Amino acid sequence: MIERIAALGRSGLDILEAMGRSGMVLFHALWAWPNVRTSFPLLVKQIYAVGVLSMVIIVVSGLFIGMVLALQGYNILNRYGSEQALGQMVALTLLRELGPVVTALLFAGRAGSALTAEIGLMKTTEQLASMEMIGVDPLRRIVSPRFWAGFICMPTLALIFSSVGVLGAYAVGVLWLGVDGGSFWSNMQGSVEWGEDVMNGFIKSVVFGVVVTWIAVFQGYDTVPTSEGISRSTTRTVVYASLAVLGLDFILTAVMFGEL
Amino acid sequence: MTSITSTRLQPAANYVEIRDMTFMRGERAIFKNVNIDIPKGKVTAIMGPSGTGKTTLLRLIGGQLKPDQGRIVVDGHNVPELGRSDLFEVRSKMGMLFQSGALFTDLSVYENVAFPLRVHTDLPEDMIRDIVLMKLQAVGLRGAKHLMPSELSGGMARRAALARAIALDPDLVMYDEPFAGQDPMAMGVVVQLIRLLNDALGHTSIVVSHDVQETASIADYIYVVSGGEVIGQGTADEVLNSDLPRVRQFMQGLPDGPVPFHFPAPSLEDDFLRGSSL
Ligand SMILES: Nc1ncnc2c1ncn2[C@@H]1O[C@H](COP(=O)(O)OP(=O)(O)OP(=O)(O)O)[C@@H](O)[C@H]1O
Ligand SMILES: [Mg+2]
Repeated sequence: MIERIAALGRSGLDILEAMGRSGMVLFHALWAWPNVRTSFPLLVKQIYAVGVLSMVIIVVSGLFIGMVLALQGYNILNRYGSEQALGQMVALTLLRELGPVVTALLFAGRAGSALTAEIGLMKTTEQLASMEMIGVDPLRRIVSPRFWAGFICMPTLALIFSSVGVLGAYAVGVLWLGVDGGSFWSNMQGSVEWGEDVMNGFIKSVVFGVVVTWIAVFQGYDTVPTSEGISRSTTRTVVYASLAVLGLDFILTAVMFGEL
Repeated sequence: MTSITSTRLQPAANYVEIRDMTFMRGERAIFKNVNIDIPKGKVTAIMGPSGTGKTTLLRLIGGQLKPDQGRIVVDGHNVPELGRSDLFEVRSKMGMLFQSGALFTDLSVYENVAFPLRVHTDLPEDMIRDIVLMKLQAVGLRGAKHLMPSELSGGMARRAALARAIALDPDLVMYDEPFAGQDPMAMGVVVQLIRLLNDALGHTSIVVSHDVQETASIADYIYVVSGGEVIGQGTADEVLNSDLPRVRQFMQGLPDGPVPFHFPAPSLEDDFLRGSSL
């Protein structure tokens, strides 16, 4: 019994320690002002790797989710004879919830795991160590541009996801099921509010972007330098990031739209 | 940097001075109260059986590991006490060839060698190009400049890494197993290169190696480490002809003797007959 409690305490301490270390990693990575001449090309390269290469999965998923939302929404709204509200329903669902959350989950699977594996492999093959010996801090050179790329790309991808989703819903709702196109758009414009919906969704996706990228780069940097270690860290990135996104989503939603 | 001058101790004839240094991995002492001097302008070899901590020693000198006790003074700075930015400053005057090569896999051979130059100098592109090609020529890889590290053989990767380690003409170059995986021709080139760089450019060199003949042919001074201690030191001749049983065993490659070939383990009898502790 005592041993159990001790083990629990130890794992609690381990978790706290890992959180502390991940905080230090982020702090060191972001502390100094980056040198624009050298950092900018690195950032652009990472935006390509993290953001542009995630576009396909984001666009395709957004399209399908929008189409499914339209089908489901049409069936429900139809019962109350209010299928003109379809545009409004789809847009609000996407902007407030599905856009940020689903994008973050896909982003963790697509970009987060790649970041972890890449940094982990660099550590395993002593590339990070040799960079340190050349006198370059890998936290600045490797971790920092990847973090900023995630920070920038995640909200952008969420916005793209929501926009494509609306188009998908338009295709299914208006073109296929015959909802009136004019009321689809005008209902949407009338109900979506800039601050309440667009900004709150944007804030969510910024928070998710920070958390997912942070977890991904830390897991890579902290990996046990073996092939098994890399595979574990990669899995951990996806699991931790997904759980963190869903948990934070609840908290943020409660703060933004709840009675808090 | 001002903080760096304040920690500078009196200048010495040794580029690196290790004093009473102890380093533990868990319960196991990799080094116990070790004293090692690396004289300026000389080629010093560190030899010893596999797994004694030769790579660990280089990492301690480079400040990537911290000793549990003792001082590691490099160019007048006690490395374990340096802050992050001072440490990077000191490292910019060191070059290290990693045992695995450790080329950056996302950069070509050319860019790998250019990397330290781009980071630490403001040289114009054509000058960087000249330096990089010169270094690659020295290791016989000028023609391979556009290859990616994944397209190199093990020996080539190591030579490319060697070119990168010396790109900045650092004051101290540490070579971890520079001869491993080289054919006799490339081996000869690398041996000469290390000697030449040391003499022509006034580097201080540390060579870690098992290759007794090659190392003896270039080293001005040799340390033999085993079991966490320096078991012998001296010029190549002195070490090769040493009377000390442990040194003699290692230098002549005799499997039986006071230097253990095996990683510490329970007795054979315990492991095979009782076979319980797995
Ligand atoms: N990350 C680590 N964690 C725990 N022990 C380690 C670690 N790295 C190395 N060791 C131990 O430290 C000892 C020294 O390792 P080191 O790599 O310095 O040996 P070496 O002398 O360079 O050997 P070789 O000639 O085979 O390269 C080894 O016995 C190894 O078991
Ligand atoms: Mg080694």
